[in-house]
Amino acid sequence: MSLPDAEALLQQLAAAMRGEVDRGTALIGIHSGGVWVAERLHGMLGLELPLGVLDVAFYRDDFECRGLKTGVKPSAIPFEVQGRDIVLVDDVLYTGRTIRAALNVLFDYGRPARVRLAALVDRGGRELPIDAAFVGGVMQVAGTDSVVLGLGAGGRLSLSLTGSDSDG
Amino acid sequence: MNLHLRGGTLIDPGAGTERQADLFVAGERIAAVGTAPSGFVADRTIDAQGLMVMPGLIDLSARLREPGFEYRATLESELAAAVAGGVTRLVCPPDTDPPLDEPGLVEMLTRRAASLKLARVHPLGALTQGLEGERLTEMAELAEAGCVAFSQDDRPFANLTVLLRALQYATTFSQAVWLRPEDAGLARGGVAHDGEVATRLGLPGIPALAETVAVAAILLLVRETGARVHLCRLSTAGAVDMVRVAKSEGLPVTCDVAVHHVHLSEMDIGFFDANCRLSPPLRSLRDRDALARGLVEGVIDAVCSDHAPVDEDGKQMPFGEAEPGATGLELLLPLTLKWAAATSLSLPAALARLTSGPAAVLGLEAPGLGPGAVADLCMFDPQAWWRVEPAALLSQGKNTPFAGYELQGRVRYTVVAGRVVHEATGTI
Amino acid sequence: MTGNPQLGASGELRHLLSIEGLPRAILVHILDTARSFASVTEREIKKVPLLRGKSVFNLFFESSTRTRTTFEIAAKRLSADVVNLNVATSSQSKGETLLDTVANLAAMHADLFVVRHATSGAPHLIARHVAPEIHVINAGDGRHAHPTQALLDMFTIRHFKGDFSRLKVAIVGDVLHSRVARSEIHALTTLGVPEVRVVGPRTLIPTQVEKLGVHVHHDMATGLKDVDVVMMLRLQNERMNGALLPSAQEYFKWYGLTPARLALAASDAIVMHPGPMNRGVEIDSAVADGAQSVILPQVTFGIAVRMAVMAIVAGN
Repeated sequence: MSLPDAEALLQQLAAAMRGEVDRGTALIGIHSGGVWVAERLHGMLGLELPLGVLDVAFYRDDFECRGLKTGVKPSAIPFEVQGRDIVLVDDVLYTGRTIRAALNVLFDYGRPARVRLAALVDRGGRELPIDAAFVGGVMQVAGTDSVVLGLGAGGRLSLSLTGSDSDG
Repeated sequence: MNLHLRGGTLIDPGAGTERQADLFVAGERIAAVGTAPSGFVADRTIDAQGLMVMPGLIDLSARLREPGFEYRATLESELAAAVAGGVTRLVCPPDTDPPLDEPGLVEMLTRRAASLKLARVHPLGALTQGLEGERLTEMAELAEAGCVAFSQDDRPFANLTVLLRALQYATTFSQAVWLRPEDAGLARGGVAHDGEVATRLGLPGIPALAETVAVAAILLLVRETGARVHLCRLSTAGAVDMVRVAKSEGLPVTCDVAVHHVHLSEMDIGFFDANCRLSPPLRSLRDRDALARGLVEGVIDAVCSDHAPVDEDGKQMPFGEAEPGATGLELLLPLTLKWAAATSLSLPAALARLTSGPAAVLGLEAPGLGPGAVADLCMFDPQAWWRVEPAALLSQGKNTPFAGYELQGRVRYTVVAGRVVHEATGTI
Repeated sequence: MTGNPQLGASGELRHLLSIEGLPRAILVHILDTARSFASVTEREIKKVPLLRGKSVFNLFFESSTRTRTTFEIAAKRLSADVVNLNVATSSQSKGETLLDTVANLAAMHADLFVVRHATSGAPHLIARHVAPEIHVINAGDGRHAHPTQALLDMFTIRHFKGDFSRLKVAIVGDVLHSRVARSEIHALTTLGVPEVRVVGPRTLIPTQVEKLGVHVHHDMATGLKDVDVVMMLRLQNERMNGALLPSAQEYFKWYGLTPARLALAASDAIVMHPGPMNRGVEIDSAVADGAQSVILPQVTFGIAVRMAVMAIVAGN
């Protein structure tokens, strides 16, 4: 199947968010693809607050079977979370488990006023009652495949399919 | 009881011969070789085709743990292990509880051992009372009770004066003194060879010097007193060199090595394998090779099992706290064959380290296979490969660093005084 | 016994018993993960739910309040339940007590044992006897190893120096009796430090230590020359006057780290000490409290590193 162009999805996502975010809104990207998307959105939307970064490795619900893999990155939230309007940004919205973990990380930093979710792609297959406020696009993918966001030369984003399963 | 051993290969290390011939045993002794004496009627004929027939092994160091440590092993279990290993005669150190420092203890031990009619047991008497290194024992009395020589085992002397007096006194009664050379001060607190592995694992070390310094002191005392000294279980290249020189000067010194020291080194400790906690410790590869060479040259007179059964609780400890020692009676022959195979020695010459070599140390006539010789025999299958499974050993001690080794050579029959005392059933 | 008993069938870290034999990738994984845990410890809420429902037993056969406390804090920040046991060692049948104690605790559904023991190899023995789902972390055994101390020191070095591949490191003092020194040596050489030196009087340098890949110096002047990191070792009281050393005074005079000696090292050299320090014996207060000392950051990093080790081991 042909995959949508990530750059086009990004434009659509930014368009959906415009008018819905303001100077007081903070973006937090979820490591690693979500951070790339959030970095681009941050520029496109002209937001003022610095970008936050979250790694959910310490909050995942599959630690028991997967353990702690390499590549954990420090989380960094360079602003006060308490009372903040926050948009979590991820690349691919799938089961919703990553978002559940990200919410838990976030609440260990403070109590935000509101949290919304922005995803570049919603591939369906939710296992938790979680939904995105903003999506770049929707696609149907077989459960055995995973959709992976890549960062190419010049910061260009692209989507690809791999056979291994993941739970983004 | 008359035995006819048919078709075996007779190995006579004393005579240095190897040939295929029938052997006829009448009563306790060998009656004839080749053709049966006239009127000989075999009560039992053993098919010895494919087997080597040799004089029984003589082990210069095997702990039987009686009296005092019956929870570790008993005469029944260990003498059964001895004959299963082809050992028909063994020397047991005096490190029992109480130590063998009174004639009554020695008589009881030898009587009980004899009643089992398995391997012959020669106790070493304690050189000092309670092995405490201070006061001499009644050596003349102990010798009459059956002690074959006198030893301080692994315990220290209070000072060299005690050792000097002990040598002088033993010599007065023509008794040999067996010493395990180790300077107590240099060895104190150590649990492994002071070398690369001890450094890596953070184990307190016993330097090679602990042995060589002691050998030097002993040799000077021998020169002074003329005492007949046997050095037990050398572990260092330096000690082998010193004994070589002493022997060339004609000093009345003999020595042995434990068979594990011929094969293993400090490297085998791996990650704290308590089965490699031995006394003396496993040394460097260079030491191991020098010991194996010393045994080839004959500088080392005998190879022994240094059999030391330890119960599981004694080994299930951190390395340094574990009880030293390895079970060895049943491994002595195959491990000696393994050493021999890597040398240029003929089989009879190699096996002399288990027969005529130790016999000479004990002042016994070289055991042979000629008519009239006592029929203490070991018959083994030189081709049989077997895997060392500790649980399958007859010794109550299952502690061996050779667990899992594939060894060649398996004892099939052991004969003591003309009686078959061990028979391995089936093939393995 | 072949193979590294710490590693599982696919090379994953099941126990942390020693640094020896661990591939560089595992050390880097621990250090990287520790960096993330360090960011957690800067938050208002310093806990993560990773080991929720797990039981960590601090099994200290040799008392050490400091080390035990840092493991306890680390375990609690991972949301584990922590049980502290100071097991008095009777002089008799220690081993029996050791394995019996462990078997009893395992029956209480322990998931992870943190073991401190006075005898080298005790954690190996425990690791060999526990059920496969139970993990063991060595918190210091005899003279053998103290792997978490070495890892937190590597974390500290990386924090201040960035890269291991151009460093000269000197380990100074009682190397003979030091489990810390042995673990540091393995960690430094594994991480690619090109020059590791040990410095001390001949009585305190173990036999053939150069086989571990270090250079031996008996003189502080050559030993400290141009080094980037000075790792001081603690000199135990009982070694200070006897057959190893005549007196603490003489030791300090020849091997104590003074400002003048530190000046021999690179100008931006850092000074480390695993604690507790003997001021005026192995280290001068002016150095211990000076600008080049990173002794307090070492302690802080210790918690994040122990969190990383527990989380990685418990997840495998």
